[in-house]
Amino acid sequence: MKILGMGEFMEKKKYQEIVSQHKPTETRAQNAFIAFVTGGIVGVIGQLLTEFYVSFFDIATKDATTFMLVTLIFLASLFTALGFFDKWVTFCKCGLIIPITGFAHSMTSAGIEYRKEGPIFGLGSNIFKLAGSVILYGVVSAWFFGLLRLIIMGG
Amino acid sequence: MIYINSFLFAGAICLLGQLILDNTKLTAGHITSIFVVVGAFLDTFSIYDQIINYVGAGALVPITSFGHSLIHGALDKASDMGIMGLLMGMFDLTASGITAAIVFTFFFSLFFRPKN
Repeated sequence: MKILGMGEFMEKKKYQEIVSQHKPTETRAQNAFIAFVTGGIVGVIGQLLTEFYVSFFDIATKDATTFMLVTLIFLASLFTALGFFDKWVTFCKCGLIIPITGFAHSMTSAGIEYRKEGPIFGLGSNIFKLAGSVILYGVVSAWFFGLLRLIIMGG
Repeated sequence: MIYINSFLFAGAICLLGQLILDNTKLTAGHITSIFVVVGAFLDTFSIYDQIINYVGAGALVPITSFGHSLIHGALDKASDMGIMGLLMGMFDLTASGITAAIVFTFFFSLFFRPKN
């Protein structure tokens, strides 16, 4: 290990200080902006797909919504499997993690990563490694709030 | 108009998530879990349904709509079956999404290798 001279050490420290003063706020604002724009774009794509399915298959908006969500899940899964969705997620962060694409991405990336550990204890056990918490807390809270509503408002 | 609303609402949710991610110690897993709970809570008094009326798919794409769909299916069934309906209808609306994600993941995991 190289021992730094006092001057060099101070210089490094000073440099680190300057970096930490300038970098975080800038990247935070940038991250927030990118997440806003990309998340919004996913929302618009969802709306476009829904209206396309309504007119193309002549179905109700509710069913078209299901088609739209499955389409987004399929694309996120496929792009994750092909390898370039990770880069998109690194760039967009919450813009792709918060939409349903993040759910599909977490499942497919876990599946592909743990596949080599076998079909049962690898793929089977780890497929919900990241998405499981969403389902767990979603189901428990939906059950609890549903019960509350049944008791308070009678359905 | 609904496209602008979609953009603004979905964007705002993602912006909020990103702000929480950058400014607290919570990870993406925490944030998605919290958002699902928030979605379920908002639908308890049908607030999320109103939002969907205004912004369309912008409110259906974020993970908050997952919580909304869970409780919506549960309450729909509960109106027929009472308290057991909560358990029977929980996955009624989200079944398609979860099943699709599982099936796609299974087949893609078989055919693709990790990149790094």
